[in-house]
Amino acid sequence: MNFLSIFVLIPLLMLLGLWLVKDQKGIRSVMVIGSTGLLILSVALTVLFLQERAVDPTSPMLFTASFDWIAPLHIKYSVGVDGISVAMLLLSSIIVFTGTFVSWNMNKEYFLWFTLLSAGVFGFFISIDMFAMFMFYEVALIPMYLLIGVWGTGPKEYAAMKLTLMLMGGSAFLMCGIFGIFYGAGGQTMNIIDIANQLNGAHVIDLAQQHIWFPLTFAGFGVLGALFPFHTWSPDGHASAPTAVSMLHAGVLMKLGGYGCFRIAMYLMPQAAQDLGWIFLILTGISVVYGAFSACVQTDLKYINAYSSVSHCGLVLFGILMINQVAATGAVLQMLSHGLTTALFFALIGMIYGRTHTRDIREMTGLMRIMPFLSVCYVIAGLANLGLPGFSGFVAEMTIFVGSFAQADTFHRVLTIAACTSIVVTAVYILRLVGKILYGVCTDEHHLKLSDATWEERFAVICLIFCIAGLGTAPFWISNLIDGGVAPIISNITKFTADASLNPFM
Amino acid sequence: MDYSLSSLDYSQFLNMREELSLMLVILLVFVADLFLCKEPKDGESLSAQKKSPIAWVTLTLFTVHTLINLLPCLNGSMDTISAFGGMYQHTAMMTVVKSVLNVGTLVVFLMAGGWLNREENRVKRGEFYTITLFTLLGMYFMISSGHFLMFFIGLEMASVPMAALVAFDKYRYESAEAGAKFVLLAIFSSGLLLYGISLIYGATGTLYFERLRLAFSADSLINLIGLTFFLTGMGFKISLVPFHLWTADTYQGAPTVVTSYLSVISKGSAAFVLFTVLVKAFGADDLAVEWNRALFWIIIVTITVANLFAIQQQNLKRFMAFSAISQAGYLVLGIMGGTAQGQTALVYYLLVYMAANLGAFAVINVIEQQSGKIRIDDYDGLYNTNPKLSFLMTLCLFSLAGIPPFAGMFSKFFIFMAAFNAGYPWLVLIALINTVLSLYYYLLIVKAMYIKTNASPIATFRSDNGTRAALVICTLGVVLFGIMGVCYSYIDSLSIL
Repeated sequence: MNFLSIFVLIPLLMLLGLWLVKDQKGIRSVMVIGSTGLLILSVALTVLFLQERAVDPTSPMLFTASFDWIAPLHIKYSVGVDGISVAMLLLSSIIVFTGTFVSWNMNKEYFLWFTLLSAGVFGFFISIDMFAMFMFYEVALIPMYLLIGVWGTGPKEYAAMKLTLMLMGGSAFLMCGIFGIFYGAGGQTMNIIDIANQLNGAHVIDLAQQHIWFPLTFAGFGVLGALFPFHTWSPDGHASAPTAVSMLHAGVLMKLGGYGCFRIAMYLMPQAAQDLGWIFLILTGISVVYGAFSACVQTDLKYINAYSSVSHCGLVLFGILMINQVAATGAVLQMLSHGLTTALFFALIGMIYGRTHTRDIREMTGLMRIMPFLSVCYVIAGLANLGLPGFSGFVAEMTIFVGSFAQADTFHRVLTIAACTSIVVTAVYILRLVGKILYGVCTDEHHLKLSDATWEERFAVICLIFCIAGLGTAPFWISNLIDGGVAPIISNITKFTADASLNPFM
Repeated sequence: MDYSLSSLDYSQFLNMREELSLMLVILLVFVADLFLCKEPKDGESLSAQKKSPIAWVTLTLFTVHTLINLLPCLNGSMDTISAFGGMYQHTAMMTVVKSVLNVGTLVVFLMAGGWLNREENRVKRGEFYTITLFTLLGMYFMISSGHFLMFFIGLEMASVPMAALVAFDKYRYESAEAGAKFVLLAIFSSGLLLYGISLIYGATGTLYFERLRLAFSADSLINLIGLTFFLTGMGFKISLVPFHLWTADTYQGAPTVVTSYLSVISKGSAAFVLFTVLVKAFGADDLAVEWNRALFWIIIVTITVANLFAIQQQNLKRFMAFSAISQAGYLVLGIMGGTAQGQTALVYYLLVYMAANLGAFAVINVIEQQSGKIRIDDYDGLYNTNPKLSFLMTLCLFSLAGIPPFAGMFSKFFIFMAAFNAGYPWLVLIALINTVLSLYYYLLIVKAMYIKTNASPIATFRSDNGTRAALVICTLGVVLFGIMGVCYSYIDSLSIL
């Protein structure tokens, strides 16, 4: 058994533990021990990975292992990590860890589904076999239904159903795409690396096939990555979900989409990615700008953040579709940065909502005096979100736009400039929001009596701020890590040149 | 092969191991029932009478039968057998299918306890077991047939006693009505099937599958008409759209235990037989094009219509009827192209579907027996009163909808993969989009159980031991059949065409 599998094993043991314990104290200790274990494991993995990478700089995946699973169909349980997945595992364990503290008072069933969800997420990031990836992907999706439906707020039944059906619709396309890739590449292996390396690097999937399966696969993952026009589940879902679930969903789950698009759709069908990437580039461009403008007109704190997520996750897909090293590295950095920032945002919104029992910004004002700790953190989260230097958002967005601008043709330039406007719009809605709810004089008598954050809330928030600031001030070590993971994928795609006749805008 | 009668050798009966063993079980149960079930004496009420141990006798005998015939490598029938001049054909794969049916029947027997112990059914317990086993025997013969006559006898043997089962609650108006509907449509479809078979005989002069394959092609109209009638007749049995109209009413009216038997055992065996006959008897290349084309549209219509109707149902048994129709559509996907991979996927799908569907029915049945409630909105808030039952129901529904890590996702993946590999990617895409529709209505029940609240929820109760055992078997199946890749690999190692 490869040690990567421990990432799935720990959540499974946590499930068992949760099932056995009786009281709230037991539940908390299981969750804290388990999520701390995951955090330690992912930090240890990062260190080990950096050491191993220094020794072996060439192989695309490290710590690989493979076991026969369903032999007649060439399905294996294969694990392995590269720089991107290490970064994603680190992010996931941070979010699960802080999510545990944020949902301190929830009951046993909630934590059962929450842990199942995280098992799916970790499994997805360590797998390099398409079947195993797909399985873990769906394992991560379905607990959302009950988490939102049972513990959510507002129109939760509608939101839960909409979210589940749209994401499952995406995975229906995805499954078809996986069949296309598997049989297109000869039907001999489900392993991503093996497919990519077939015939010494020349892809074997027929071009006509690629042109059919690439859009399906990309759109399938894109639904989860909030690709316009498939993003509509995201605002409703996030707004209705309980706090820690919003954190995990926006922070980690939406990254599954971008990761899958990059790792499966583009990596395995490079020619189609070059030929047809422009369609999705336009769609993500719309996501970025549309998300930012939509956030401006919302009055619900969670809706504002959800649309902001659409905009920022759009930048992830935007970065990878630019198909160059710098932009793709930026995109992965953006996954990390957005994951941490949004998680922080949702955590704070949950804490504020837990006190004021409203998320309507028109009903809140002057919170800075009442709950100074939460308010200051909220300002920090806002500044990180709008990309202030020193926080992670700046590093990520800067890298994406620098990389995008390197594409010298008019089509890419125009899209890049359009996407850049989102930075300005983000500043508008964040600063207005902060000014509206935090400053001024509070007139609501009920609000005046509210208390500030408890210790576990403070702990979770400080952890996240620490990570965001760390990523923003010292991005080099993590960007080196990511850079090494992105390079083989990008070089695999840039071996092919786009067929310009397929793009009417070139 | 020598087809002359003089070669009949009575030792050939020994080739029919599974059938002989089941026949023995039936006879023993029949005789045991004769002696164990006593008429109530004068003045003695039925409920005061001591329970006859017939249920234990049947369960023990049938469990033994199931275990010794569980795997072809255990009962020594790994070889392909052809007996009685080719009338009876047997492959190792058929043993697996029969095992799936056996386990399914065992689960049905286990969950039937509560229903059979009701006062009005108590005297009929022995009959229930014998009749059910007779239909099972019919399916055995149908599966192992190598000749249309044998096939037809098996089919009738499976469907005529079934009508008696459907009308088993004869004091209930709906059950009698369902029985009448079932028998009329079964006879009608048998008529169509027979007409098709007679046309085929007229065109070729033989009814042996192997000879038909050589003699039969798509070049004459009469052959195509024969094939059409055959497909129509089988469509009724598997309840494919547009031949599904009897299904919802029959499923609703029949006792829940019988409904579960109908929806899994009867349907599954018919689907497997359809595969065998199409590949064996109609396997000529130009003919295969024709039936693939027909099945292509039948599958699309079946899945879509069934899903759209299922969404609107309020009665759980009607709901499960439409769910079963759409599942039949997925099952038939394995037939497309008639490949070995498709055969494996079909049998595996059947195995998983058996566990998941019977699990869901076990919960529905026990709740109906305890509270008489059968509507979806009766299930509101079930999680608060009966958390374990709701949880198991959720597992089974997730498996039916194809959510991992439960087995349903594996079986769906494999059957879609087989159809994709056989050259029908767009059909797979349509079926996949339909799985989202089906997820919607399965989630409606999950929503009722977990999210909705109810002023008068179903009271907390303890299920009977039989149901518990049935649920344990089904849950183990739902959880393990998928994760353990060895199940699929084993079935695959037996698939031959």
